[in-house]
Order: sequence, then structure tokens, then C-alpha cells
Amino acid sequence: MPFIVNSDAERAEMLAQIGVESFETLIADIPEEIRLKRALDLFPAMGEPEVKRLLEQMASNNAATCDHVSFLGAGAYDHYIPAAVKTISSRSEFYTAYTPYQAEVSQGTLQAIYEYQSVMCRLYGMDVANASMYDGASALAEAALMAVNITGRNGVVVAGKLHPYSRQVLETYLEAAGERAIVQNSIENGIGSVASLESLVTSEVAAVIVQQPNFYGCLEEVEAIAEIARKNGALFIVMADPVSLGVLEAPGNYGADIAVGEGQSVGNAQSFGGPYLGIFTVKQAHVRKIPGRLVGMTKDKDGEPGFILTLQTREQHIRREKATSNICSNQALCALQSVVHLSLLGREGIKEVASRSMQKAHYLADRIAGIPGFALKFSAPFFR
Amino acid sequence: MNIPDNLRYTKDHEWIKLLEDGVTAQVGITDFAQSELGDIVFVETKAVGTKVAAHGAFGTVEAVKTVADLFAPVAGEIVEVNGGLDDAAVVNSDPYGEGWIVKLKLDNVADVESLLSPAEYSALIGE
Repeated sequence: MPFIVNSDAERAEMLAQIGVESFETLIADIPEEIRLKRALDLFPAMGEPEVKRLLEQMASNNAATCDHVSFLGAGAYDHYIPAAVKTISSRSEFYTAYTPYQAEVSQGTLQAIYEYQSVMCRLYGMDVANASMYDGASALAEAALMAVNITGRNGVVVAGKLHPYSRQVLETYLEAAGERAIVQNSIENGIGSVASLESLVTSEVAAVIVQQPNFYGCLEEVEAIAEIARKNGALFIVMADPVSLGVLEAPGNYGADIAVGEGQSVGNAQSFGGPYLGIFTVKQAHVRKIPGRLVGMTKDKDGEPGFILTLQTREQHIRREKATSNICSNQALCALQSVVHLSLLGREGIKEVASRSMQKAHYLADRIAGIPGFALKFSAPFFR
Repeated sequence: MNIPDNLRYTKDHEWIKLLEDGVTAQVGITDFAQSELGDIVFVETKAVGTKVAAHGAFGTVEAVKTVADLFAPVAGEIVEVNGGLDDAAVVNSDPYGEGWIVKLKLDNVADVESLLSPAEYSALIGE
């Protein structure tokens, strides 16, 4: 466990440094009548070995993927994260900085985010990536709002089998932005039916959404879906698993206008559900409507290359209620872990991770299907 | 500040010039406006064919650190948008010439008479 000092001597030194008499001065604004007037109800103080033993006992109640094999999947995956990822992201310059976006003093952070954006553009086959959103599900919801904003239309069609949590977040965001209809296409044999999609995508539809691979791990017929969206002037939004893009076609290459994803599986621990990473990429034509922070590369007054936050006129601190979104944050640390992880893997590495993952999934499927009384539910091609 | 004599002005720092055909007018932002905004990087307008009310927002002009709405001086229909605005800096360098923004087909040509004269606009910006 880490060692953090907190001796009387250190406390006195800190108080002297900030010019404060005593600790009580710092809490002077808290009214006397609401202060707790007894000691906290804790067990007696323990020595270091006892504390360690107690915490280990409590932690042993958890079942973690370090000592259990998990087949839960469904958006959070146990891929090996090289030690270098933690070593780099734990550097205090990255780890402890709070909102380090002032260009004059944060070139390191800004460059790291720029590299993250560049990597995501390559992986997803898109032109622009933002500095990240909170998670994949909210990235999808913001993508839908962006499509509504761009097209001026209200309807959203979910073309295939979307993760139910993503669907819930989508509903929450769209409802908060004013009643907007979400139409679910019918699912046949594990994927969205292209035939029934035709009649659902009208001239009132702002976006057609697909998750690839979908919630069942199956591959949706994305090219056909892209064409239906395009024909009707709707934007095509793809939510793609970043690891899958090591073997599957990049969304930008089959017509995605906006491509989002959950970045947990590339360099971030499963962590019982978070913090996760919302990947958000778009085609160049839509760059001024993109939500979130954008890091750009420019030249300083001496002509030297440098990094800055750019296109800030999209954001609410300038455009207020007409901003493209109310987000004014990103997942800098998770994004950093992703870009370090993907840089270590490289193009060949991500291909290999994806291939192995896919092969293992198919091996498992074959073996289970071979057990009497078991059969695969869907015959559609699948990744995970 | 440059305030040409042959134009009319609005409180929102737009100018309007009636064209020779007598029904269409050119609209842009004033020298004062462009100097207040700083380096202009992007101009966005509603599409050709859009009808705007007097004082209705018909677009935005973006500088690096700020965005300003553009308001129609009088009611009309957008019939042309300046294609030269891809180089948005032209609004800074030539706000009354190459930096024009839209052409409107006016609902009522007489509406232009009720706008600010050059002298009134000059007083407004404190000159």
C-alpha cells in the first residue's frame, strides 16, 4: 500500500505555509450547531500490519478478473494492459493536474490528447476526434443530439441490437432535450432486419444508429444500413468496439457520419463500471457541430509548433445556451491510458488482439454448441 | 471608424444597401463590428430561400473567442449568400465590399427608410 505522511510536524508545516493558525480556522465557516460534537464511531486505531490484514479481508470478498475468468462481456472486457500504461499515466504531471488546458503551461497534456485524437481518427477511419466524452453510452447520446442539430429533424432510428444501457442513456438525453421519438427496428436472427428498416427511415429521421458488433456480438449489415440512411438524408451513427476495429472495417470507410465507442477495452481497467472513455469521431463536414473539447495543432508567435484547445466557439462558455453541448470536460486520464496502450500495440498489435479475441470467442462458441442440449442462438457472423 | 454615406445601419451593427434592381438589398456587418470582434474565422448563414423577419437571426459570425448573431435589418428572403466568405477574414478587411454576407429580397422596400442614417449610427457608436 502507498505511504502517505500525516505527522504533527507536517501539519504544522502546511499550516505555516498557507499562513493559517490552526485547522479550526479552515472550517470556521461551518456553523457551530451542525458540527459533530463527539469522536467518529470507528474501531480503535490499528497498526499498519493490522490495517493491511483488515483491508485484504474486505477486498477478498470481491471476485475480480485477476483471479476469476469472466464471460460477462457486454461492453466491458478483460484485455491485458501492459505495465507501461500505468507507469506513464501515473506520472504526477499527468495524474495530479486538474483541468490542464491553458496552452502556455500544458503543452505535454495537450500533445498527449492530440495524439489520442489522431489515433482514434485512424482506428475509426474518421477525420476529427474530440478529446473524449464520459463514456461510450453518453457519446452515443450526444451523437444523436448532434444529428438532430445538424439535420433539423427529430426522429432517431435504432437499426439493430443496441446495448440496453446505451439505449437507456440515449432515451434520457433525448427526452431531456424535448420529446424525440426513438424507433427500434425489428431484430431477426440476432441482427437488425434491413428489409424492415427501409420503411422506418423517413424524411423526419435525423439519425440511424447501429452498434457494431451489436449487443449479441453479431455483425450488423452496416453497408446496407448506411445506404438507407444516406438515401433519406439521415446521418449514420455507428457505435463501434475499438478492439474489433483491429479486424473489422472502420466505420468511416462504410459511410459513418459520426462514429463513437466505449474506450474501456483499450487500456482502461474494468473497475466495476468506470471511469470509462467515450470515443467521439466525425467527418470533417460536421466539425463545427461536434461536442466536447478539441485539441488542435498550431504555430506559436515564433513559428514553432504547439497545441491548443480549438473551435471553442462551439462550447458553452462562449455560446452559452446555443452551445453544441453542455459538456465541458473529458476523460483525460482514461484517454491517456488508451493512447499509450494503442501506441504500444501499434497497428499490428491491435490486429493481433482482435484476431485472438475473435478466435477464442469462436472456439468457445463451437465447444458450447458441441455439448448435447446446447446450440448457438443466432447464425449471424459474430466478433466476440 | 468607416461609416459609408450611401448605406443604412441597425443597432446591431449591420449595414444594408439597396441594390439597383430596387427590390434586393445587400447586408453585412459594420467596420465597428468587425473591429470589436477581432479576427473573424467563420460565417454561417441560413440557406438561400429562408424567409427572415425584421430583426430575425439569419446566421452567426465567429471570431476566435466569441460568436455573434446576425440579425436581418428588415424582413425578406435570403436570395444569395456570399461564396467569398470561405475566407472569413474578408469581413475584417473589406466589411462593406467583398465582405458582404447575404442578399435579401425585401418584403417591403420602404422598411429600409426606418433604419439608422450614417449620422445616427455614428452617434450610436459614440463618434
